[in-house]
Amino acid sequence: MTAPDLPAALAPDARLPAEPWNDPKATPLIKIRNVIKRFDGFVAVDDVWLDIYKGEFFSLLGPSGCGKTTLLRLLAGFEQPTSGTIEIDGVDMAGVPPHRRPVNMMFQSYALFPHMTVEQNVGFGLKQEHVSRREISRRVGEMLELVQLADLGRRRPHQLSGGQKQRVALARALIKRPKLLLLDEPLGALDRRLREQTQFELVNIQETLGLTFIIVTHDQDEAMTVSTRIAIMDRGRTVQVGTPGEIYEYPNSLYVAGFVGDVNVFEGRVVEAGKDHVTVRSPESGCDIYTDRGIDAVPGQEAYAAIRPEKIEIGKAPPADARFNCVTGRVFDIAYLGSLSTYHVRLATGEVVKVSAANRSRLVERPITWEDQVWLWWPPSASVVLLS
Amino acid sequence: MSGQPAQTPAPYVSPGPQTTAFEVLERTTPAFSFYGVLARFVQWLERSGRTLVIALPFLWLGLFFLAPFLIVLKLSFSETVLAVPPYAPLVAWLEENGLSYLTVRLNLSNYLLLFEDSLYVRAFLNSLRISAVATFLTLCVALPLANAMSRAPERWRALLLMMVILPFWTSFLIRVYAWIGILKPEGILNAVLIGLGVISEPLTILNTDIAVYIGIVYSYLPFMVLPIYASFEKMDPSLIEAAVDLGSPPIKAFWTITVRIALPGIIAGCLLVFIPAAGEFVIPDLLGGSETLMIGRTLWLEFFNNRDWPLASAVAIVLLAALTVPIVLFQRHQARRGGADGAS
Repeated sequence: MTAPDLPAALAPDARLPAEPWNDPKATPLIKIRNVIKRFDGFVAVDDVWLDIYKGEFFSLLGPSGCGKTTLLRLLAGFEQPTSGTIEIDGVDMAGVPPHRRPVNMMFQSYALFPHMTVEQNVGFGLKQEHVSRREISRRVGEMLELVQLADLGRRRPHQLSGGQKQRVALARALIKRPKLLLLDEPLGALDRRLREQTQFELVNIQETLGLTFIIVTHDQDEAMTVSTRIAIMDRGRTVQVGTPGEIYEYPNSLYVAGFVGDVNVFEGRVVEAGKDHVTVRSPESGCDIYTDRGIDAVPGQEAYAAIRPEKIEIGKAPPADARFNCVTGRVFDIAYLGSLSTYHVRLATGEVVKVSAANRSRLVERPITWEDQVWLWWPPSASVVLLS
Repeated sequence: MSGQPAQTPAPYVSPGPQTTAFEVLERTTPAFSFYGVLARFVQWLERSGRTLVIALPFLWLGLFFLAPFLIVLKLSFSETVLAVPPYAPLVAWLEENGLSYLTVRLNLSNYLLLFEDSLYVRAFLNSLRISAVATFLTLCVALPLANAMSRAPERWRALLLMMVILPFWTSFLIRVYAWIGILKPEGILNAVLIGLGVISEPLTILNTDIAVYIGIVYSYLPFMVLPIYASFEKMDPSLIEAAVDLGSPPIKAFWTITVRIALPGIIAGCLLVFIPAAGEFVIPDLLGGSETLMIGRTLWLEFFNNRDWPLASAVAIVLLAALTVPIVLFQRHQARRGGADGAS
């Protein structure tokens, strides 16, 4: 999936609770207020304000070094914020050491104890609470059942595959039923196929146990697949927080639009802005771009029109109405991806536009090929106008 | 490609009628050609080169460890005589009734004396005790030191490591002598303590067991710190975080996770301190009192003062045997664990 449509986990789904982030009466499980974390003059987390609700699968998404892991470690208690407060379930976490927090973490390296068996690893958290040996063994058994490792309990970590280690780490972090589970790049070390399979298992486990997960990832597909909401981070700040659909369809900046999915950007100036529409004139596109969603802008202001490749139609004949949202050019490259093809079309202005189209018919019957003159057009709902 | 007619080069030149039998042989069996011989030589080198590489350290050990050991072993079964060298030969020709005998006389009295005379037994036990206590004290100093070093910022670690190794650049003997200046009644330590008003009378430390402990802990600390630091340093720091995250207080997590995983390094460090400390001569001689009885010193006295080489050799052999036991046990332990900790 290179150009994801609205993922299944995001579609209106009866299983998901009514979106608590839109409910003003809901109390968040985690309140992060103006949190700043500085290391030796370097600001890792810069004034983050977040509310995360019970039952959420919340993703912190961003490139490496954007502060997402530091934010996770602040929640776990391995780091103390320079300023700001973190509340978990109504309790201020300032000064609460990590071993007393109702939070567990799954580490990127898995951090399995090499001298213990799988069972001892999973039971470690309960042993610290002096739970009886019989109770530990019962709950470890249950947990191994849940992650489908029931017959590997006596093995040691070095005898496990990467996927099995990942499950042990998950089981170990889940056994205390934490109010909040933090996952630091949990699937980063797995190969692609296993990763996709495990993503769905993670969502299933999270829903089965009714827990709240916060996951750190730099993989946008992963965040889109598993999350209820995503916070996009850049240089220590959260630049946009929203559902995967909101993030993908209505990015609030070029940074977000470019980070999640592929996008064509036309730079231009606002010609006309209303409550329900904006027109952008871009010399790069050679046509006016009409968007049916208003923004707060004045005519003449610099703006960017962003259009996803899969929202553009491609054809060898011009559309009926070619006044708006229609450009023409020549195909100079075609990337065949099996299920879909991405056409790289060079406009007369020199700008290259990417268009992806599903390959509904077989390749031999492909109607559009290299050097063809093509028209590209899109509906007013396809584009987003961004001011930065 | 398609325009060219296929011209396959002949892979094998068939022997024409005018070629000699030898030429055919040379062409078909590489063994007889120059390159064939070269190839065979290289093959031989490859096969025996491995043996050569392994043989070198064996040769070294044989020459500089096994041979002296055998000489000492032989000496320990000799009789003491007042001569140069001060021992009787083991092997001798005996002429009797016109017949010649090759006689080998093994004298066990040296070993018997070691167990009969309580001096040696006491010296042995005392050495083991002092060495064990000193090893424990060294471990107590080394654990927090190695832990702090492994958690220091990366750019500091090389410097800290350097500081641990730096004392080796000065002679061991001089460093032990320096401790006399520090510990003696009118020495630096007492002067400082009296100056600070902590004590009014100088402490008697020099020429006691305490001075020996201080000397051993100081001298052997690097041997303990380095292997422990190496095991701590390569450990994934998230292991201890995972333990703390799962509800283990940090101190407990340090013992149950960090120390437990570093156990092979800790045992190695303990052996590296315990074994040489048990046979230590310089430190008890310079810092210890006349009543500090250690086997290394006994050995020295036996050898140089009493010129009883055979007895001194017997002491050395028994010491070696006694110290081999913990090493063998440790190696067995390591072998049994196999790769369990290697692939952490």
